[in-house]
Amino acid sequence: MSIDPQVVPVTLDLFHLVLGALVLILILLTLVLALLPFLSAKQKKAQVEVSEEMPAPPVLTESQPTAALQLLGLLQQEARFIDFIGEELQHHADADIGAAARVVHEGCRRVIQQHLKLEPVMTESEGARVTLEKGFNAAEIRIIGNIVGAPPFQGSLIHKGWKVRDIRLPLMAEGHDPRVLAPAEVEL
Amino acid sequence: MSQAEFAVGIDLGTTNSVLSFVRLDAVAGEEIPVDVLAIPQLVTPGAIESRPQLPSFLYQAHPDEIRSEDCTLPWSSVERSLVGEIARHLGSKTPIRLVGSAKSWLSHAQVDRKSPILPVQSPPEVTRISPLDASTAYLRHLKSAWDAQFPESPLADQDLVITVPASFDPGARELTVEAARRVGLGHAVLLEEPQSAVYSWIQASGGEWRNQVRPGETILVVDVGGGTTDFSLIAVSEAEGSLTLERVAIGDHILLGGDNMDLALAYGIRAKLDREGKRLEPWQLQCLTHGARDAKEKLLGDASLTDVAIAVPSRGSSLIGGTLRTNLTRDEVLGTVVDGFFPMISIESRPQQAARAGLTTLSLPYAQDARITAHLAAFLSRHIDAAHQASGLVPEGSSRFLHPSAVLLNGGVFRSKELVDRLLAVINRWLEEDGASPACLLDGIDLDLAVSRGAAYYGNVRNGPGVRIRGGTGAAYYVGVESSVPAVPGIAPPLEALCIAPFGMEEGSEAALPPYEFGLIVGEPVHFRFFSSKVRRLDEVGTRLDWWAEDELQELAAIEITLPAEQYLQGEVVPVVLGARVTETGTLQLEAVARDGGQRWKVEFEVREREASSTDIMAS
Repeated sequence: MSIDPQVVPVTLDLFHLVLGALVLILILLTLVLALLPFLSAKQKKAQVEVSEEMPAPPVLTESQPTAALQLLGLLQQEARFIDFIGEELQHHADADIGAAARVVHEGCRRVIQQHLKLEPVMTESEGARVTLEKGFNAAEIRIIGNIVGAPPFQGSLIHKGWKVRDIRLPLMAEGHDPRVLAPAEVEL
Repeated sequence: MSQAEFAVGIDLGTTNSVLSFVRLDAVAGEEIPVDVLAIPQLVTPGAIESRPQLPSFLYQAHPDEIRSEDCTLPWSSVERSLVGEIARHLGSKTPIRLVGSAKSWLSHAQVDRKSPILPVQSPPEVTRISPLDASTAYLRHLKSAWDAQFPESPLADQDLVITVPASFDPGARELTVEAARRVGLGHAVLLEEPQSAVYSWIQASGGEWRNQVRPGETILVVDVGGGTTDFSLIAVSEAEGSLTLERVAIGDHILLGGDNMDLALAYGIRAKLDREGKRLEPWQLQCLTHGARDAKEKLLGDASLTDVAIAVPSRGSSLIGGTLRTNLTRDEVLGTVVDGFFPMISIESRPQQAARAGLTTLSLPYAQDARITAHLAAFLSRHIDAAHQASGLVPEGSSRFLHPSAVLLNGGVFRSKELVDRLLAVINRWLEEDGASPACLLDGIDLDLAVSRGAAYYGNVRNGPGVRIRGGTGAAYYVGVESSVPAVPGIAPPLEALCIAPFGMEEGSEAALPPYEFGLIVGEPVHFRFFSSKVRRLDEVGTRLDWWAEDELQELAAIEITLPAEQYLQGEVVPVVLGARVTETGTLQLEAVARDGGQRWKVEFEVREREASSTDIMAS
């Protein structure tokens, strides 16, 4: 018998119907078998957590370097930040350092103003007496010195703190390499 | 066309373009909220930021200069022309590939505005484009940015207003509309920029403006942009119990602006460094100009500062030691900018016109006198009876110029408080000398964004209730005809000017046909000299001038008519009259109308299109 794989069967006989059903059953069986270990493990884990109250391992996130590289790139382009940090200060006079610092300061300020919305954590003036009510946000306010008793705490504001309300970094084209902080420049 | 949801205003500026919009369903009475579109644009290769302003620059990159994946925009990965901040950024280091000031070229009647001439000073291998192509590219970018942000409401379906300088000639207006048409925005209407600033002031005041001006007063609008200065006068009158505004005069096209001031300061500092023995390289001047602008704004904004330091960094990676430090003092700024551009002069002063010698390269007709106050004195004196003729108000007996009662300032240079004070002081001294009461300052507009915001506001009131500034065309138009006098050997027959469009034609109106016909030869292009007058308000169609004062009429680019040889024989002479109408869009259209049969042919403003340029081939 010669078999032509190009020929599509025009009628559906019982034999092929049974054959097709068998294939489907086998596929399903394979899938269930393959997934079984995962499903049971998940169930087991949930049981363990409930019964013994074991602390989940802490989740530490690793920052994506892209945004950091982008910000560094901006600081280099606008403020010559990497150039400045890379220099040895002891070889230069203060006047020269001062002149360069103006470039860095102006540029950094421009980058910060354009891409970040900064606001102080506390709006009272530094040196003022402040009261921290019970339940203050310890992530935003750090207490130092003579830490005894219970809130409300009385203290003087040393540093008003900074937090970013909004950050807007440039969008990046796909395939753009953010590791190039500043391209080499060749004048023709 | 589906129902518009937005009224959109585009300020297609010489150095920056801005798009503002009004959500039509958010309008409530006189509360008309205007938003400014954040325009995504490349700022450096591969980095896209959204900014309210799109710098009107285009950069023709070398194929090996930037990787194509670094040119991706949110709406396109194949955009070949670099427009906006990246163009300015790259062009500052490679000026031979930078197209800038396209708008000034668009109104330059002595060049072919449809032929590829920009960048002017570039080597032959750099692709050149026409001023029209450049404007088209900026509009295309704005349209794409809008459509990406509002995919449900494409810009082609919105009410659209594009602003042009009041002093734009009919040809430049026509080209602006053509640029819009090329990107599918042919429905846009035009609005004069100083008027737009007034609309922005009305919008910002939220109805309060009625308490700041009174009938019979005249508002002077001074708009100093990056590269141009534009004056307009708006008369306030009363009709049926409510205030009405009418634009009664516009100034000449003055290529002088904030960039000139920054450059003047930079040259001053360079001279100072020269005396100290420090030589500046050309690239350093660029940095110095930026530094000088920032320092100028600081010094003129804060009277307690005596000097501001400017640092020009080296180009190499060693910053310390290579950085050039200098400073700008208060005296230098006062001397260069305040006294240089806004000197305290008398109302009789006029801008000086030095004869130009040896100018062989193609260049823009920059103003030769930098004194903005001199240009203003000339403007106010020329239009002494503008408000009188418009509203029937009689000027006071001893007036030597039109007395403005309020001043509206627009443009980034007026962020400097001292410049505002000086300009107002000059105007008020002129007024005082004439025995008139001082003018007040109208404020409350955003100096950088007002023109586009006002355009969006206008787009809203155009189709609904709200105050509108009337005015129509700001000039009367004439064609030159040779007068029929007996021939005198060696002397060209004197030229007469025939008025074909009177002053103040409203949009959508048609002028009467002049009783004077020309015989046109079929199949041969015929050229007419073409003139405009911003001061002859009373000339009617058909008025023939055989004499005019030197500054009364300005010659524009010629107009050209070719009668197609369809129903006439080649060489036949057909008698026609020249008619004019102002389209709904706000452009002037000239037509040749056959005396017999009334057939009409469009008359072109001569901007000469030689062969099909590269963009036309792409478009077809």
